Amino acid sequence: MRMNRQRELADQHLRRLEDGEGMVNSFRADFFRMFRANRLAAFSLLLILLMILGAALAPVLTPYAYDDMDLQRRLSPPSAEHLLGTDEGGRDILTRLLYGARVSLMIGVVPTVLSILIGALLGMLAGWYGGITDTVIMRLADIVLAFPSMLLAMLMMFALGDGIINVVLTLAMMNWASVARIVRAETLRLKNAEYIDAARTIGVSGPVMLLRHILPNCLPTLIVLFTLNVPTAILTESSLSFLGLGIQAPDASWGLMVNAGKNFLFNAPWLSVIPGLTIMVAVLAFNFLGDGLRDALDPHLKDR
Amino acid sequence: MKMKLLSRLGQSVIALLGVALLLFVMLRVIPGNPVAVLMGEHGDDAVIARMTEELGLDQPILTQFFRYIGDCLRGNFGTSYSLGKPVLQLMGDAFVNTLQLSLAAAVFAWVLGIVSGVIAAVRKNGILDHLFMGISLVGVSIPVFMTAVLLQYFIAFRLHWLPISGMAGWQSLILPAVALGWNSAGSVARLVRSTLLDILQEDYIDTARAKGRRQMGVLVFHALRNAMLPVVTMMALQFSSLLSGAVITETVFSINGIGRLAVQAISGRDVPLLQGTVLFATALVILGNLAADMLYSVLDPRIRKGG
Repeated sequence: MRMNRQRELADQHLRRLEDGEGMVNSFRADFFRMFRANRLAAFSLLLILLMILGAALAPVLTPYAYDDMDLQRRLSPPSAEHLLGTDEGGRDILTRLLYGARVSLMIGVVPTVLSILIGALLGMLAGWYGGITDTVIMRLADIVLAFPSMLLAMLMMFALGDGIINVVLTLAMMNWASVARIVRAETLRLKNAEYIDAARTIGVSGPVMLLRHILPNCLPTLIVLFTLNVPTAILTESSLSFLGLGIQAPDASWGLMVNAGKNFLFNAPWLSVIPGLTIMVAVLAFNFLGDGLRDALDPHLKDR
Repeated sequence: MKMKLLSRLGQSVIALLGVALLLFVMLRVIPGNPVAVLMGEHGDDAVIARMTEELGLDQPILTQFFRYIGDCLRGNFGTSYSLGKPVLQLMGDAFVNTLQLSLAAAVFAWVLGIVSGVIAAVRKNGILDHLFMGISLVGVSIPVFMTAVLLQYFIAFRLHWLPISGMAGWQSLILPAVALGWNSAGSVARLVRSTLLDILQEDYIDTARAKGRRQMGVLVFHALRNAMLPVVTMMALQFSSLLSGAVITETVFSINGIGRLAVQAISGRDVPLLQGTVLFATALVILGNLAADMLYSVLDPRIRKGG
């Protein structure tokens, strides 16, 4: 009974995938249907757009600069002048939050895009060519996945040194492996589809096949993975910065703000709590959006 | 079955060797002679040269690697530059603390996760379901350091209910364990709920009900028993993220564990200590995954008999 239901779902999914042109339409339709059905996901998208807007318009939105010191007003609690209070250097926290959003969101998006590009490429190669290619790529992925993620990140930051670029590289190197695993599985599944057979009979070559036929069909999965990996990257960066191993002052990132605030936890808790809650809200928003997109675009990912 | 286990064991050994190699390569990428870095501006050239030779850092890379692997197998992980003690001894002491912390966190996560997951599944779409699933989403999204810092501030500093930091008696273990287990509890609850919902639709559940078993009996003996399979797999995956979280939790609560040791190694630019702690933690994860796989095949008769 359950087996039949699963097979039916799988068939439906395959039919949808085989239908090349139709996929684009149904993809778009799925996308909009989600926002009608899933208010939470729609709201999350709005929230994310607002954060991006806030980060972009930071200089317009606040009269202070992110490193404006005012030693007369150190550690002042939230007030009309400083809506979220000031930190140990008398810097306006709201301002730093807005500028920090630039770094934190960038750190969420750029490494995730990189890791998805690398993971998709390696995953497709492993799934399509099999054999030694598959073994080498997947064993490499096993090794990366064996590390507790935080320790791998610390290790890479130690080896590469501080700085935003190195944080980006570290996060990209950490996350490609799980993408590669999922894309490989997807490629193996697609490999047996009839339209791939058809393409093979008319002599489509390997690289063309991967880019024109496999990759577009992995796209829904990749979009979902993107939305779900961005919050992971944000969390990892904030943990690294919390330990003092990520972004370095005077750059502001949310994690760094929590780290700076933890020394004043007992007399000015808002210093840590406000950026910490901001991280949480951002991560929640991406997770809700990702869950919504997954339900709409890629039902079979649900089990993973 | 035996063959399968052997090949799985082989995979683990290969992964572990790969990890050691990757670690070794990454730590050799660091520019500068570690001895010179360690000695700072006070080091004089002759002393640096002698220590470099003593530590074998002037040998070819490949020789150094094989010597390192050999030493590891004999239980010699080198001497910590910054703390001046054998890395193995430091890790042994730290491991006990990390193990206590992770176990306490895991127990907290599983109990809370399973109980709330079951209630949510049974009361699907009820108030409790929405409440628990809402909390679990927050649980998954909140950074570990945030939970840790908040617990430390409110429970220990404001209310004085539990010790702020350190490792003295079981009371001091509670806050770190809750901080560390909170995220996992969220994922366990969501997994238990979704697995249980699937299982409750199975034919054999209807059969059990038709035979007159009560709701509670059906739930515990028929549904939950089978829902535990994916939860077991997840335990292994959670073990890795527990170790990641332990780095943060141990730092916030000043617990001398493996994670804090790694952080200390980085701030002291202590290559042997960092290499040792990361290798050790990763070996634990690989072992954990292996154990979970074996447990899985023992628990699931389909795999046990099919292999």
